[in-house]
Amino acid sequence: MNQLFSLTVIAGILTSAIRLATPYLYAAIGEAFAQTSGVVNLGVDGIMLVSGYAAFYVTLQTGNVWLGLLAAMLVGLLMGLLMSFISVTLKAEQGISGIGLYMFGLGLSSLLFKVMVGTVKTVSGFPALKLPLLGDLPVIGPIFFQHSLPVYGAFLLVPVAWWVLDRTTWGLQIKAVGQNPAAADSLGVNVDRVRYFSVCVGAILAGMAGASLSIALLNLFQENMTAGQGFIAVALVYFGGWKPLGIMGGALLFSTVNAFQLWMQVLGVKIPSDVAIMMPYLLTIVALAVTVSRARQPAALNKPFERGEN
Amino acid sequence: MESKKLSTQSRPPKTALHWREALFNASVPLAAMLLALLIGAIMLALLGANPLQAYAALVTGVFGSVSGITQALVKATPLLLVGLGICIAFRASVINIGGEGQIIAGALMATWFPLTFRTWPGWLLIPTTLIMGFLAGAAWGFVPGILKARLNVNEILSTVMMNAIAVQLMNMLIRGPLIDPAGITAGTYLAQSERLPEQVWLPRLIPQTLLHAGAILAVLLALAVYIFLWRTTIGYRIRAVGLNPDATRYAGLNVPFYQALSLTLAGGFAGLAGVVEVLGVQHRLLEGITSGYGFSGIVAALFGGLHPLGLIPASALFGALLVGADKMQRAVQVPSALIDTILGLVVLFVVGSALWTRRWAARRMMAALKQAEKDEEETA
Repeated sequence: MNQLFSLTVIAGILTSAIRLATPYLYAAIGEAFAQTSGVVNLGVDGIMLVSGYAAFYVTLQTGNVWLGLLAAMLVGLLMGLLMSFISVTLKAEQGISGIGLYMFGLGLSSLLFKVMVGTVKTVSGFPALKLPLLGDLPVIGPIFFQHSLPVYGAFLLVPVAWWVLDRTTWGLQIKAVGQNPAAADSLGVNVDRVRYFSVCVGAILAGMAGASLSIALLNLFQENMTAGQGFIAVALVYFGGWKPLGIMGGALLFSTVNAFQLWMQVLGVKIPSDVAIMMPYLLTIVALAVTVSRARQPAALNKPFERGEN
Repeated sequence: MESKKLSTQSRPPKTALHWREALFNASVPLAAMLLALLIGAIMLALLGANPLQAYAALVTGVFGSVSGITQALVKATPLLLVGLGICIAFRASVINIGGEGQIIAGALMATWFPLTFRTWPGWLLIPTTLIMGFLAGAAWGFVPGILKARLNVNEILSTVMMNAIAVQLMNMLIRGPLIDPAGITAGTYLAQSERLPEQVWLPRLIPQTLLHAGAILAVLLALAVYIFLWRTTIGYRIRAVGLNPDATRYAGLNVPFYQALSLTLAGGFAGLAGVVEVLGVQHRLLEGITSGYGFSGIVAALFGGLHPLGLIPASALFGALLVGADKMQRAVQVPSALIDTILGLVVLFVVGSALWTRRWAARRMMAALKQAEKDEEETA
């Protein structure tokens, strides 16, 4: 137990935590866009899977990680358009259509993987990039500044998303549509277009989350490789109170727990691995229970908008 | 406003279009299914398989033999049970994605209980195991239910998490306390439980097939759930909560209580699905015991119009689809994940097409109101 608290181990846990926060950050901040506009997209996990597969396959074939990332974003966009069409244009029950999207993504990614790849293969994903000067700092350097580009990108996304949502006309429109679509509509905001835009931005980011798993963190693809991370990401949006900074706090909390349980297993701490794997899921439930009551969710969340209904 | 006045002053408007609406409501999911199968055909073609040959293999695989049909019914049984729970929950506008975890909870109980009380006779052991399994599933549904009722925790997320927790719990138990002692002596350490004592196996309905008494139990329970939801006060309240939570709240109903109750009951029925899989099919607990029924049960429930009686044919259809998919996989070498993909599309299309069902209903309501107004003018 003592070695668990040595400096190397703590540094190792923190390094992993920063890395593992990446998919949560992309997916949850993307989901925050969708939810701020009033659409709950529960298909994030499915989008991550298909996009993760696309990124993996394109990288495997071309050897170019950037093409892989682009493919993931494109697939994310397509899935986002499908989700928006069902839940915005057809005004379907969002919870169930999201589950449909998840099942579709899970099935499609498994199908394509089995048919086109078949066995476990690895790709050379985004390489670690040591930032000049900062990366050379003792202790701090390895923890924060020796990651691959998608990891930096995920953390850079936090201020960008905050700025877009809080400081631009776009962000204002997204919020207006999520709070009071009828009022936004009467002021000439095209509710459906804003929701399409927000869901698609979210889906592209979910695609990047999938890519970050398959071509940056793990460099391989497996069936159902997300293991529910997309759902945890949706929970993080509630946890973070629909604010990018809050979401980052939640993502780091989760990734730290994940990193901690991985390191416990590496160090052979006597805890059944099944119990360790359970921890993030248990934590999600606890986190939801603690936070949901205090957060103010967008007033029109989960409510399809139909002109002249109110 | 208009409709309220009418209902107090005159008899409700005659529903002349009723059978046409019913036909329309039934044809919408079928059209959604056809569309999904069409996209599946395109995917089959892209994968280099002949779609016609593949779908022919799917159909003949099920309906070409007695064993195919009985296999379909065996798969329809857990779908029906899970779907009944989904119906109850969705009727209270609670979305239960936790079927997988609740099935596991029921299956774990259905394994542990008979192994512990293995000396009991079958007539006692089977019913008690069914009840215990129901309770285990109900407990697994109660947790997200009470969290929703007390702390307003989103049940979709909490049930998904409960699924993941149940999978790990099962993995731990069938590698630990519940592991088959034979696997230890043989040195294989297979992740499965000991075989259950024979007196607890559900009786076979047709010898030489897998069809077991659980199928009859499921159909009877479908009737019971129908009576429960439409003929009892609690059932009526559950549906009222789903139709209009605000109105029921003003009417003094304890909305969170009925939502938690519906999620608990939903868990119980999914738990029963786990019990019949263990007692009727596998006779032991092993990995993958859920076969994804927690999700395909949602598809069946939506397809059956969230109605217990509609669920009976819907489960049979999806049971057939799942069996056919296995046969198709062997015939044209396409992974059965294709069917999972198609199921996802069915969900998307069915919920997407609800718009037309609603519009149809609204149009019919308007027509009926106009007709009633005209009648009133004529009599006056």
